[in-house]
Amino acid sequence: MTDFLLELLSEEIPARMQAKARADLEKLFADQLAAAGLKAESLQTWSTPRRLALIARGLPETTQAVSEELKGPPADAPDAAVEGFLRKAGLTRDALETRDVKGRATLFAVIDKPGRATADVLSEAIPAIVRAFPWPKSMRWGAASQTTESLRWVRPLQGIIALLGGYVVPCEVDGLVAGNTTVGHRFHHQGAVTVSGVEDYADVLRAAYVIVDHEERAKIIRDGAAKAAADAGFALIEDEGLVVENAGLTEWPVPLLGRFDPAFLEVPPEVIQLTARVNQKYFVVQDARGALAPAFVCTANIAAHDGGQAIVAGNEKVLAARLSDARFFWELDQKKTLEQHAEKLKAIVFHEKLGTVADKVERVAKLARWLCEEGIIKPSPLQGRGGSREAAEGEGQSPTSAQSPLPTLPSEGERAELANLAEQAARLCKADLVTEMVGEFPELQGLMGGYYAVKEGLDTQVAAAIRDHYKPVGQGDDVPNAPVTVAVSLADKLDTIAGFFFEEMPPTGSRDPFALRRAALGVWTTISANGLRLHLQTALTLAIAFYGKRIGAAGADLVKAYRAAKEAAGLEFTDADLAEARAAFISNNLSDEAKSAMIVGRVRPAVTAILDFFADRLKVQQREAGVRHDLIDAVFALGGEDDLVRLLARVKALQGFVETGEGTNLLAGYKRAANILKKEEAPSPLQGRGRSREAAEGEGQSPTSAQAPLPTLPPEGERALQHEPAEIALIDALDKAEAAADDAIAAEDFEGAMAALAELRAPIDAFFESVTVNDADPAKREARLNLLARFRAAVHRVADFSKIEG
Amino acid sequence: MILTLHRFWSSHGCLILQPYDMPMGAGTFHTATTLRALGPDPWNAAFVQPCRRPTDGRYGENPNRLQHYYQYQVILKPSPGDIQQLYLDSLTAIGVDPLLHDIRFVEDDWESPTLGAWGLGWEVWCDGMEVTQFTYFQQMGGFDCKPVAGELTYGLERLAMYIQGKDSVYDLDFNGRGVTYGDVFLENERQMSAWNFEHANTESLFDAFKKAVAECENCLDAKLPIPAYEQAIQASHVFNLLQARGVISVAERQAYMGRVRDLAKGSCQAWMEKNGWAA
Repeated sequence: MTDFLLELLSEEIPARMQAKARADLEKLFADQLAAAGLKAESLQTWSTPRRLALIARGLPETTQAVSEELKGPPADAPDAAVEGFLRKAGLTRDALETRDVKGRATLFAVIDKPGRATADVLSEAIPAIVRAFPWPKSMRWGAASQTTESLRWVRPLQGIIALLGGYVVPCEVDGLVAGNTTVGHRFHHQGAVTVSGVEDYADVLRAAYVIVDHEERAKIIRDGAAKAAADAGFALIEDEGLVVENAGLTEWPVPLLGRFDPAFLEVPPEVIQLTARVNQKYFVVQDARGALAPAFVCTANIAAHDGGQAIVAGNEKVLAARLSDARFFWELDQKKTLEQHAEKLKAIVFHEKLGTVADKVERVAKLARWLCEEGIIKPSPLQGRGGSREAAEGEGQSPTSAQSPLPTLPSEGERAELANLAEQAARLCKADLVTEMVGEFPELQGLMGGYYAVKEGLDTQVAAAIRDHYKPVGQGDDVPNAPVTVAVSLADKLDTIAGFFFEEMPPTGSRDPFALRRAALGVWTTISANGLRLHLQTALTLAIAFYGKRIGAAGADLVKAYRAAKEAAGLEFTDADLAEARAAFISNNLSDEAKSAMIVGRVRPAVTAILDFFADRLKVQQREAGVRHDLIDAVFALGGEDDLVRLLARVKALQGFVETGEGTNLLAGYKRAANILKKEEAPSPLQGRGRSREAAEGEGQSPTSAQAPLPTLPPEGERALQHEPAEIALIDALDKAEAAADDAIAAEDFEGAMAALAELRAPIDAFFESVTVNDADPAKREARLNLLARFRAAVHRVADFSKIEG
Repeated sequence: MILTLHRFWSSHGCLILQPYDMPMGAGTFHTATTLRALGPDPWNAAFVQPCRRPTDGRYGENPNRLQHYYQYQVILKPSPGDIQQLYLDSLTAIGVDPLLHDIRFVEDDWESPTLGAWGLGWEVWCDGMEVTQFTYFQQMGGFDCKPVAGELTYGLERLAMYIQGKDSVYDLDFNGRGVTYGDVFLENERQMSAWNFEHANTESLFDAFKKAVAECENCLDAKLPIPAYEQAIQASHVFNLLQARGVISVAERQAYMGRVRDLAKGSCQAWMEKNGWAA
């Protein structure tokens, strides 16, 4: 056994690439070994800005000798065949063996391959590794770059150490010959550093002011920065990303504390921290009260002979200039109001198909206003839930079912006030995108708008909404609960989702360039954490309608007129009416036919696609919470359930139910009934007796209203035909269960609805036990099938049980 | 400092050239860099180039941001194997002690969308301040550099601040007899910032842009790559002024840069053809 040291010395490797480079080096090396039948007992990799190193321990000195057998033609085969085999095996006739194979003399070639020296394997492997190295970006350099075929590396490659058991492995890559020397620290060490092997590599380098182990440098930085802060009476604000980055920028890290003028603290702390971190790679510190302190920690790459005073002074100067710039932006931005900034949004394209950011703001303002005017979002306090991560995760627990009373509308005045604030916040929420500060630090979007709004003296609710309307960004982020913020946040995300789906740019596979999945998850967590009762279908249709050519007030007036007309005629103005009415305004200059073609052809498919998309997102999101995806499908399959809070309540009630014995039995009865009906319905679509396939499938269409006509004969007719007591029992049970389930559903008591349906279990079992559906009398048969259809429809009040697995 | 750098690079085989006499955003625009980075012939040169970056103006109120400043540019083709050490030696020559100041090579992928050029390299930090841009040109005007040139761009004011230990560029000692950088340039910065940001006549700038584009095309038709390239420099600077005036929207910005890039690429292509070099 022996060991092997490889060092690839180069000009400075970008810090961010080093971790992957180590992993790539280890993998390429292991692959090369494996290809030769070798394996090391252990592999270790290190990196510094100037070198990638690999140490392999417990490496065999040679590869295994192998003996290879080739089966040839029969011994009596024609000469041509034998000669062909000899060529293939590289042997002469007398070197072949003859063996008996199933009673036939057959020729065999036995080729012994002796083991290869590991050094030989490595001298081929090293150039192969260097050439195949998958740097994210690589370059050519020097005289060799006369052609574009010259060696590529992340930055010019300067040297190779390849020592196997202390001996140089002879190899060469584009003129670079492997040896046993490297260089030390750029400034602390002059001349070559000679390494004898694995054992002294790290120590020899340490003596030359290079700490080759990146983990060790990270620890020095982590501990040293904390100590430097503590020595000055501050606490380091930890930042592991910065630790790793600084470790990737130094070979001899020395953390040093510097200070800046406290006057800069008037600039928001987030700005100072970002300036220090992104531009300068400095840590920031806080005082005992947790407030940002006017000091920072930088990491030098030398132990300066003045103890670092000049370095600190230089870095202080640089940070002061950076902060001076930040303050310049901070003050310049405040010379205009957010409203004035927002003017510039007209010049910023949101998406070429979806207009400018100013257009988006306009739509979001309308949608946010609508959410408030409809009473979907109520004035503070918002249901007293949400806002924290825990609340978001606990979602759906309380808004299930009967315990939570149906929402009552706040007064018109309150709604109008909230709507005004929401509209104002929405109109200003993107204004900071054109400020200097956000131009410099895009990650400060929202936050800066919030700061500027406060400085401008805007309503605190408006400022908070501007600040937080991007939230929640991904799982675990805070979920807004302030009403104005919720309105803007939801409107913004719904607008984005609606627009991209309407223009047929949904996420596909792993591609989600507009982060629509994150937006959908944000909508869901906001809705659930706040227990909002929102008909998505309506909201999305409206959102799409707002994308139409500016419909403005005329559109809203038309809705009002439509509503008034329907109500005057004593008709209910349903959500569907609203949705269609709004969508119809997509373009007022379209003919009626064109409008309905637009609705049918574009709006409805988009809304349906978005609802499916939400169902998928919900499944993914709820998987962790242990909610079964098939049950979500079962409820979604009903169609019409687009209130996510109620939907999840249904799903949870369903899950509670189907996992009980009663549920399982009812499911079994349902499946039996459904199978019989399926056989009956499928082959004879022309039956023409009012129970066509479509009608049967339409049964569950409006589970919310439960007013769908049941596909049954009049009860008297059934009764007249009745013979079997089990049929009578089932009809009675259905009469009761249907009524009870409808009442429970209307009260959103889904457990109650399940319990009511559970009463059907015994009658349906008894029915199957004692009644033959396929009676010789067609009238009886028909009546019994109708009864089963009624049973199925009853069950569909809560969910499409055919989607339930098991 | 400039004389020291001239002596240093001259002794390492560089031609010492003078600034290009047109407003430009960086020394890279100098024909001695852009055009000479193309083709197989060795080329080593060093020169000072004044740079104008209208959007970087701060009315003389920022201690190290200026709309007009000086770069020292070195171009070495092909890039020598010891170019990093040469560069560090040049720092020592002008008085930066690398055991007192923290010199670092920090990743910086350079790309000039208006020149159709890119390269890999670093920004060189001295105590956290970027003092030099160090680039191995990979492409120029859309053409592969064969061979690759190494480009060093020193920020002269910043380096001078280090060497003189000044906190503000305006406090730099200009002549050792009491004249400061501020005495020479502060008023320029104030007035030029005001002009760049507030007063430049945008109509005549748009007009100037159009004329430069037309003239460049005219030169390309006449197979005159150097004058064509000068018009590309002109168009680029006018575009920068329009940017500072805030009259180019985000959407238009790409289109304008695309126009300038086409001019630069066209000039480089004409240069390649004129010299008989294959792409």
